[in-house]
Amino acid sequence: MIKITFYLFALILIFAASRVITVKNPVHAALFLVLAFFSSAAIWLLLQAEFLAIALILVYVGAVMVLFLFVLMMLDINVNSLREGFVRHFPIAAFVGGVILLEIILVIGAWHKLPTPEAATALAAVPNTQALGLVLYTEYVYPFEIAAAILLVAMIAAIALTMRPHTRAKYQKPEEQVSVRREDRIKIVKMPSETKD
Amino acid sequence: MPGLNEFLILSAVLFCLSIAGIFLNRKNLLIILMCIELMLLSVNTNFIAFSYFNADIAGQVFVFFILTVAAAETAIGLAILVVLFRGKNTINVEDFDTLKG
Repeated sequence: MIKITFYLFALILIFAASRVITVKNPVHAALFLVLAFFSSAAIWLLLQAEFLAIALILVYVGAVMVLFLFVLMMLDINVNSLREGFVRHFPIAAFVGGVILLEIILVIGAWHKLPTPEAATALAAVPNTQALGLVLYTEYVYPFEIAAAILLVAMIAAIALTMRPHTRAKYQKPEEQVSVRREDRIKIVKMPSETKD
Repeated sequence: MPGLNEFLILSAVLFCLSIAGIFLNRKNLLIILMCIELMLLSVNTNFIAFSYFNADIAGQVFVFFILTVAAAETAIGLAILVVLFRGKNTINVEDFDTLKG
């Protein structure tokens, strides 16, 4: 039963990934990427990584893909000019991808002592989230803090990159106000006195 | 339960699809960013498969950090994309040639 579930989600994942790279409209590509993340999260659940599967859906489908779709719909993109060269590059893409896939499969096939599922029983003794938390806040506490700092830096960088200074705002310049002289502001004009009538 | 090599081959297929996607859509910066996301996803699947079959939680900790860094990378990448689009009014990679690279 688990095997059937695995193959079903693997097929959906590969279908979604191939649609991401071939579909014409970038919005559809982003939606297929959401499908790929979902089926991948299901496969992670099969591997008993519950916390990471839920985190993948919450962080990626909930935040990152919404950001992608937001940027996609905000920019006015001419899709047709971006599709030029798709057919021309197809043979080289298929060749490079196929060769790399062949090499990886050869390496996996040549590996005799693959670990077996029987070794996996030790992990299931503790709930996954608890097991992850137990090492994350003790053994990996410094990497965890560095990750927090990376997120802060990324947030500041994204805001700093996209923020435009307000060109119409008016500011005071104190140094110019202080250094002003009498001659800059008033001008005495000599003129003859006028008579009434 | 499928064996470890099924999971490894699945993520290898995913990785090669995303490499082919970068070749196919080399003008569209957004699709290239999406292909990078797919690549990281396949690598994460590898880590989780090894973590399960070796009964070692360290692989999942690593995936946790990869997810963090990938989210930061996507946010900054999209910010750079928006800035580039403001300046050039296109996201075609071939138009970004001001550095004459």
